Amino acid sequence: MGGKMHRHHLFWPLVVLGALLLFNLIYSPDFFSLAVRGGNLYGSLIDILNFGAPLILVSIGMTIVIATGGIDLSVGSIVAISGAMACLTISKGTDPSSVLLVIGAVLASIALSIVLGMWNGALVTVTRIQPIIATLILMVAGRGIAQLITSGQIITVSNSNYEYIGAGSLASLPFSIFIVAAVLLIASLLTRRTAIGLFIESVGSNPEASRLAGLRSRTVILTVYVFCGLCAGIAGLILSSNVSSADGNNAGLWYELDAILAVVIGGTSLNGGRFYLMGTVIGALIIQTLTTTIYMIGVPPEITLVVKAFVVLAVCLIQSEAFRKTLITRWKKRNYPAEQEVTRHA
Amino acid sequence: MLNRKYVPILVTFGLLAVMFAAGSFRYTGFFSAQVLYNLLIDNSFLIITAVGMTFVIISGGIDLSVGSVIALTTMICATLVERHGWSPVVVIPMVLIFGALFGTLLGAIIHYFKIQPFIVTLAGMFLARGICYIISIDTITVTNGFFTKAAQTKVPLPGGNISINVIIALVIVLAAIYLAHYTRFGRNVYAIGGSEQSALLMGLPVARTKILVYTFSGFCSALAGVVFTFYMLSGYGLHAMGLELDTIAAVVIGGTLLTGGVGYVAGTLIGVLIQGVIQTIISFEGTLSSWWTKIVIGLLLFVFILFQRLLSDRRVTLKT
Repeated sequence: MGGKMHRHHLFWPLVVLGALLLFNLIYSPDFFSLAVRGGNLYGSLIDILNFGAPLILVSIGMTIVIATGGIDLSVGSIVAISGAMACLTISKGTDPSSVLLVIGAVLASIALSIVLGMWNGALVTVTRIQPIIATLILMVAGRGIAQLITSGQIITVSNSNYEYIGAGSLASLPFSIFIVAAVLLIASLLTRRTAIGLFIESVGSNPEASRLAGLRSRTVILTVYVFCGLCAGIAGLILSSNVSSADGNNAGLWYELDAILAVVIGGTSLNGGRFYLMGTVIGALIIQTLTTTIYMIGVPPEITLVVKAFVVLAVCLIQSEAFRKTLITRWKKRNYPAEQEVTRHA
Repeated sequence: MLNRKYVPILVTFGLLAVMFAAGSFRYTGFFSAQVLYNLLIDNSFLIITAVGMTFVIISGGIDLSVGSVIALTTMICATLVERHGWSPVVVIPMVLIFGALFGTLLGAIIHYFKIQPFIVTLAGMFLARGICYIISIDTITVTNGFFTKAAQTKVPLPGGNISINVIIALVIVLAAIYLAHYTRFGRNVYAIGGSEQSALLMGLPVARTKILVYTFSGFCSALAGVVFTFYMLSGYGLHAMGLELDTIAAVVIGGTLLTGGVGYVAGTLIGVLIQGVIQTIISFEGTLSSWWTKIVIGLLLFVFILFQRLLSDRRVTLKT
């Protein structure tokens, strides 16, 4: 049953991605061609993976948060803050090419992202604020903080070691792909090979029941927000290192929306519960492929937004149609008056 | 007896008074009627949008499309009037109807397909913003006589003057207060926000009310777009970027609970004014940079939401 459901969830995202790639192949037959230049692989597919890396990372974190029934709107701001922090640390250093300085900058950014994730998690668990609002606070204030760090300027750094994170290559592939692969591997292992995944899905389905069953709901929720902050922080490093600069205002703009979109396309319900990491990765790839396609066929890039709008609607409708029966039964169950009575008095 | 449901709104009003007083003591020239009027003039479009958003949030939903609907309205107004020579008398009612229809469409999708308002209005936001860019990626300046006249007309009041926009905004606020507290529609919105299931069992028209709420929000956004066109005298796809967040922040600071069912239109007006006062103080201070506005608004949001949590008896589950 589980396997069948899983296949079903991945089916539509894969069809959409396949259709997009097929369209590209028909439109430009050399879309799939890869060239080796200077020991590195080049090609549209590699570009999609490389430029999509930050989005995939943010979306992985977002999937886990959404699985617990939450949402994290602050990821875009964390992306900006993390990049700003790293670039500031590097620009303040005495020796701009030092490796230690880069490691220090990366650690500082990651530590800051974890703190920000903890802040979100604490708001959701301790003060019991709705996730959408709790993270809205950091989304609004975070842009300000990022600009505060960069003093409202765009900080440019020139450090070849730092550039390696986002623009370097390993085994003729962009280094960022390996970062994504590592995070994805760790996340899948932790959630699918240990009980953590079950905990997350259980908390997402019913936090109160999970607590009564002996699960530390709060710890689980706090952890997922920290993980999401961490993912956004790493994405911020890749993004800022790719362009060797930090822009507090525009870095990671709309990332939260793209990431949520990727998660939804991937088949994870915004209501929490079951989650699909691979579906999310495919969702993020669909978004990135869409952007690349639109650039390639020469339509003004501004139209991406319109296409995205229709993709969101189409995906939501497909999911709503296919799972109408389950949705309706779940809906009725959730709103069964006696159950509400129980939760009210719990 | 002081009803505790009025406490958040009183606190919000107290905060506005304290901030205004603090500004008046600290900066010369702050305490004047014109500064107060300017708050209204510079935020009239935000007031109108926030009024629509208040209804959506009270009903338990959210509307992320407001900012881009404003941009689209400015764009349609500017294109039709400037490039095609249409009369503003035709164009303005047309964009208002368009905005309302746009909201109706979103509301219908939200209700009939049971998709989260967040994701549907997100699609609406992308769509409206995208259509702006399809129309034009440049700024279109509005030089039409009707628009410039509306922009420049000043209504004298004791101690200064206000613009037509302020009058439109205040009329909308009054109409919305009437709508919320003295009509069946208003009661239904509160009932649905409190518990949609109960509202349904009571035989209230849930479908119609929910869709109408988004229609109203779409109409308010379009009206705010017209007001924005008066204010900026241009149409541009990047207008009102991120306004949806300012709007939600204003509604929350104004004491509306994001879980739905509780909130006041008057509180929203104060919420918008508080944001305006913060900006005024920062501009009077001179040495503070603009990004402090965002940080302060974020902090205020935090304090207010925390305060609401302490006040509300309702146990809110961790679900969105």
